[in-house]
Amino acid sequence: MAAAGAGRVSAEAGEAPEALGPGPVPCALSVNGREVRIEIEPRVTLLRALRHYSDYTGPKEICDRGACGGCTVLLDGKPVASCMMLALDAQGRPITTVEGLARDGKLHPVQEAFKTCDAYQCGYCTPGMLLSTVALLKENPAPSLDEIKRGLEGNLCRCAAYNHIFDAVQMAAKKMSASPAK
Amino acid sequence: MKSSIADFAVISPRTLAEALASLRQTPPPVPLAGGTDIMVLLNAGQLEPGVYLNLYSVPELRRPIEVSAGVRDAGTWGAGGADPPGEVRLSALTTYADVRRHAEVRRLLPMLPLAAREIGAVQIQSRATWAGNIANASPAADGVPPLMAYDATVELSSAAGVRQVALSEFYSGYKQTARRPDELITGIRIPVPAPGSIDYFRKVGTRKFQAISKVLLAGLVELGGSREIRKIRLVFASVMPFTYRARKTESVLEGRRLEPGAVSLAVETLRTELKPIDDIRSTARYRLKVACNLLEEFLGTTMGC
Ligand SMILES: Cc1cc2nc3c(=O)[nH]c(=O)nc-3n(C[C@H](O)[C@H](O)[C@H](O)COP(=O)(O)OP(=O)(O)OC[C@H]3O[C@@H](n4cnc5c(N)ncnc54)[C@H](O)[C@@H]3O)c2cc1C
Repeated sequence: MAAAGAGRVSAEAGEAPEALGPGPVPCALSVNGREVRIEIEPRVTLLRALRHYSDYTGPKEICDRGACGGCTVLLDGKPVASCMMLALDAQGRPITTVEGLARDGKLHPVQEAFKTCDAYQCGYCTPGMLLSTVALLKENPAPSLDEIKRGLEGNLCRCAAYNHIFDAVQMAAKKMSASPAK
Repeated sequence: MKSSIADFAVISPRTLAEALASLRQTPPPVPLAGGTDIMVLLNAGQLEPGVYLNLYSVPELRRPIEVSAGVRDAGTWGAGGADPPGEVRLSALTTYADVRRHAEVRRLLPMLPLAAREIGAVQIQSRATWAGNIANASPAADGVPPLMAYDATVELSSAAGVRQVALSEFYSGYKQTARRPDELITGIRIPVPAPGSIDYFRKVGTRKFQAISKVLLAGLVELGGSREIRKIRLVFASVMPFTYRARKTESVLEGRRLEPGAVSLAVETLRTELKPIDDIRSTARYRLKVACNLLEEFLGTTMGC
């Protein structure tokens, strides 16, 4: 194996770029395949940009400190807490919110399974649960119960509908492997 | 967002040179990596106003994990075949998720994925970085102890050049690090341990998962042919004001045969070496007791190997 060139950092002089803010600056997000152009202060989190500067109210603001999973969105296909990052940082990278799961008026198989299994009570954690499930099944199409718990450990359900949620994930996994998505 | 900070500006450099040039300003901007420490403060309205340096915009800092070849040692690796892996390099923005997904790192440095999966949950692991964990300098950082036990080196870059600092020399007090404000951590270099090394990683928190450590031990031991301890590393989180390598206890063990007498001597030494902290998460008494128990468990299970 070739040596990795570790630690070589070009020391050539660079110019410090201008700082953006604190006032509003343009920000272009790609949400569910659509371009969203907004003006925001750099301090605005991705969660707030989605909910308050555009109309994506799927991601929920609950703990606002990265611990509850209510604000989960997929960034580059990976689940992230949208309250824990700046909207400016998400520019140019595909974002999926729960609004992007259904296609042409048809629910995503994970949504179908949640419906069938009655995998919610108040529904507040559901968008985050759905997106974490989509990400989990993409990485691991046939997870064990333990792997499901691990995959959803960052999503809290205060109604404690967990058993139904785990049933729904298993049902979705079965359905999706029977008819693999495009 | 409960943030009350009006004065928050961001620099998004396109190259490392631009990032390092930005850090020469006074006051220097504060690096922002995954943001999982900084954004908690922002949302709570506790962040210092000022200029932040967004590292995600710099491609050099997003380099994938690199595994490079080491020096061939005919004794352990056999004459023919490929060179053994010698070093793993994480870049500034390598996340916990990157490490969990990397099969070679899982095999070569098994304590890293063990630590990674206990840090927050997947949503945090996709963004949070090892370098941010090091720079944040929390005594409870879970990523730092295994890196320190593996003898990792921190690569610090500034406009003036690059220097390497042993992670075990990086901390000097609570939130005191060797990093100058004009420096970025640009990489973390981890030598692959000798074949046959035995590791130990255990985090003790209030709950099994999603809890901040009360006590954590990352240990690594290299045994010789007659069970003598050639080299041992004992690194604790959450016990002292910064990630702590128990050098006194290590030196009592090094050169000794691993047998019950050595274990009790080590535990006795550790009991006097540690001066545990007392805080909202636990008491000094509990921490000392559990730290000693973890050491005993590590050496005990190693004896049984
Ligand atoms: C819900 C939740 C759970 C968590 N659980 C854990 C846990 O179990 N264990 C644990 O250890 N931590 C935990 N954390 C803390 C945090 O995720 C880690 O410390 C993480 O590794 C920080 O990395 P980051 O990239 O997000 O850092 P950031 O927030 O971007 O930065 C942290 C600090 O490091 C500095 N910094 C970052 N990168 C560099 C660099 N390249 N060079 C110089 N300075 C730099 C920043 O200026 C800042 O001071 C948790 C956080 C949250 C929100």
